[in-house]
Amino acid sequence: MLDAALTQSLRQIVGDRNFKDDRQSLVAHSYDGTPMLQSLPDGVIYPESTEQVSEIMKVLAEYRVPVVSRGSGSNLCGGTVPVQGGIVMVMHRMNRIVEVDMENLTATVQTGIITAEFTAHIESLGLFYPPDPSSMKISTIGGNIAECSGGLRGLKYGTTKDYVIGLEAVLASGEIIRTGGKLMKDVAGYDLTKLLVGSEGTLAIITEATLKLVPPPKSKKTMLAMYKDLYGAARTVSRIVEAKIIPATLEFMDNPTIRVVDDFANLGLPRDMEAILLIEQDGDPEAVERDIGRIREICEAEQADRIDVADNREQAEKLLTARRSAFTALARLRPTTILEDATVPRSRIADMVLRINEIARKYDVSIATFGHAGDGNLHPTATTDARDLEEVHRVEQAFEEIFEAAIELGGTITGEHGVGLVKAPFLEWKVGSAGIGLMKGIKQAFDPNNLLNPGKIFAKETRKRVVINRG
Amino acid sequence: MANANAPATIQKKPAIEHTNPMAKTLLAKLDYDQLTNCMRCGFCLPACPTFRETGLEPESPRGRIALMKAVADGLMDPDQAFQDQMNHCLGCRACEPACPADVKYGQLIEQARDAIEDHAGHSAPIRGVRKLMFKGVFPHRNRLKWLGRSLALYQKSGLRAIARGTGIMKLFPKHLREMEQILPDATGKGVVERLGAVYPAKGEKIARVALFRGCIMDVMFADTNVNTVKLLSEAGFEVVIPETQVCCGALHAHSGEMDQARDLARVNVKAFREAGIEYIVSNAGGCGALLVEYDHLLHEDPEYRELGEWFAPRVVDVGKLLVEKGRIPDFAEPAAAAATKPVTITYQDSCHLRNVMKSSTAPRELMNQVSGAHYCEMKDSDRCCGSAGIYNVTQPEMAGQILEHKMEHANATNARYLLTSNPGCLLQMKHGIEKHGAKDRMEAMHIVDYLYERIGGKDGR
Repeated sequence: MLDAALTQSLRQIVGDRNFKDDRQSLVAHSYDGTPMLQSLPDGVIYPESTEQVSEIMKVLAEYRVPVVSRGSGSNLCGGTVPVQGGIVMVMHRMNRIVEVDMENLTATVQTGIITAEFTAHIESLGLFYPPDPSSMKISTIGGNIAECSGGLRGLKYGTTKDYVIGLEAVLASGEIIRTGGKLMKDVAGYDLTKLLVGSEGTLAIITEATLKLVPPPKSKKTMLAMYKDLYGAARTVSRIVEAKIIPATLEFMDNPTIRVVDDFANLGLPRDMEAILLIEQDGDPEAVERDIGRIREICEAEQADRIDVADNREQAEKLLTARRSAFTALARLRPTTILEDATVPRSRIADMVLRINEIARKYDVSIATFGHAGDGNLHPTATTDARDLEEVHRVEQAFEEIFEAAIELGGTITGEHGVGLVKAPFLEWKVGSAGIGLMKGIKQAFDPNNLLNPGKIFAKETRKRVVINRG
Repeated sequence: MANANAPATIQKKPAIEHTNPMAKTLLAKLDYDQLTNCMRCGFCLPACPTFRETGLEPESPRGRIALMKAVADGLMDPDQAFQDQMNHCLGCRACEPACPADVKYGQLIEQARDAIEDHAGHSAPIRGVRKLMFKGVFPHRNRLKWLGRSLALYQKSGLRAIARGTGIMKLFPKHLREMEQILPDATGKGVVERLGAVYPAKGEKIARVALFRGCIMDVMFADTNVNTVKLLSEAGFEVVIPETQVCCGALHAHSGEMDQARDLARVNVKAFREAGIEYIVSNAGGCGALLVEYDHLLHEDPEYRELGEWFAPRVVDVGKLLVEKGRIPDFAEPAAAAATKPVTITYQDSCHLRNVMKSSTAPRELMNQVSGAHYCEMKDSDRCCGSAGIYNVTQPEMAGQILEHKMEHANATNARYLLTSNPGCLLQMKHGIEKHGAKDRMEAMHIVDYLYERIGGKDGR
């Protein structure tokens, strides 16, 4: 329960319409896109301006009440579940495009804007904002910044961090800071812009962002290559990059995924394939033709069993269907779908997929893997039933071992979803105890009273590493 | 799958002894598997009209499912705010095609309303009206005909003029008054009375099909039913109109009267099974959407389950049947109308036709075939118009807000004809044109009426 004087102050700042503490509002902000997590906040607030956010933070700091800022609550790491209660701050009302600067090729937006609405506007102006997380129809730019979202174009174009060049943010104290600007170069002090990108709402509340735009590619070509040998597919990925070609998209699906997708979409995919690669190249038409021709040769040299190259957009759409259906097809198998994002150097993809399959067998759970092969960013996806506690426990054990395997192969526990609540116990495995200490110091400097999204990134205690006994 | 292990025996529903009787009913009636299937990804949010209008999570499908689950789990009481929220949903089901996990949201919202209705303390007059309409009128053909004749008498005898003139209509809420003005002329003579129970195919017969004539449809829109039969005949279908058919039960199901909806479904499956037909044709998206789910509706009835499974896959939208199986006649705007430039037409999807019956390309294909007409797609034509069954009567404020935005898009097309394929949508569009539109320049019509009147050589209007 919130102090009556506190709620009175909050209502005064945003108006009665934009503060809620009725039961249904609390229940409807107790979860995000992460399975099996729920915790009720004490209030929900919808600010309409940076000034309101600042006023709100001053009041919350005075009363020492925690705050979880969020967009649409579609993240997959438990990053916006209010585990310590307090206020959920929904940024949807701050959704204006402040400016598109055609001379500097930048856009300045309030962070509550929906990613897809932003990119549609940018594309209507003949420009291009590449980050394309799969949730972009509902995710907000603010959420993308907080989690440093990736997407299918990461290999060639980078992820959200590569496009954020300036920020306006409100500190825990209520002070407003501005970092970076419409600047392609800026080394004035520590790079606070990059520090805030991916900070998961734990350092400040990001209210406005200046984003870098690029000219769109002139043409695009799509192809699909299928392999009976997983290593052939993996070697293809490495060889393409070795040949100094960076494809716009280089996606991967393993055999369990292929089977599920084929059952769902009736695409007539060969079910005995161990891997499918979806490859796209964009750019000037001649360069695209040349690259696709070269990639085709590499696929053939690596014994691809079948290669389909689309001649037109319609055929390309057909080739894209398989990869696009992966998540939907898996989500329909069982009630609960747990999608992780363990990431390895791209040269280790085949090893990682085999380890995942081995671990799934060991714990007797269903895990299919697809993902962004060019980035080494895999999505091992477990399908289970939250009500079957015994099975869910085995799934958790399997994922623990998958994280362990990723680290062993020189990878990381999360490539693009964030640490949040779910991966906090494993963070130390990746960054070490000195790394955790340093990160905690940064958190302390920004948020001494631990009010901004408390309980995230840092676990009370680190999970003991599993000793893997292979005999 | 590395291993698709069989699910062990698990607790499907939480074992909670609710003290709140409505919570108990909700736990019993809600499909807990479907509640669990929602993975809260939020993909439904941008598809939901009430979320788009308010930006509030409880006004979204994800939010409403979370509320249902919270009540079932004992996390909150089904208080008045919860009940209101369940009724705030338009039931347009635009969230279903957007859902990766294929959650049957439409079924969940109907189960929730059904449970709420079991405990509803309606005031005596409301109870009376509900009973009169749901039990006393919709299911009874003769009483509907009587109502139609009375309404026709009211409209034609000058009683309407007197009612409007004396200001007696002012005693009704504003939105009901507005609706009264756009009601079409009713009739006591339905399609069977006018065409007989069997109507032959023109030319070689492609198939024998049955018309689902609907209850309100056959009183308020009997002309559309007549035109549907004739259009089907022109396209090569023999049309039967089984006389023992009754109301589809959609209004009952959407209002939480599931048992009555099931009673009506039982009568209908029998009526059509006996008619010896290949397809059951619907010209009202709202009715069709329930008809295609009769298999689900009768799933737990051992006696009728099989009939339901026979019935559901045979239900088809008239437009889809024409495009996929029929000989499409030549449609043309009258030469005079299209003399200088083509006549612009546009289309408002019926949500249930689009999202449940999955018929959205067929009507557009037909409209694109009318010579002398130019089909102009309206922005957000796939979004609910706010009619949503009786939603515009029960939730006038939200419906009005949605309609206002809809008419902005409609006006931007500059269409002469705004077509749709469901009686509720049609009334709402007429209402919209009256209120926000260019009523001298734009006319709302059922797509069947528009098309039938433009069959080659016939002079339109």
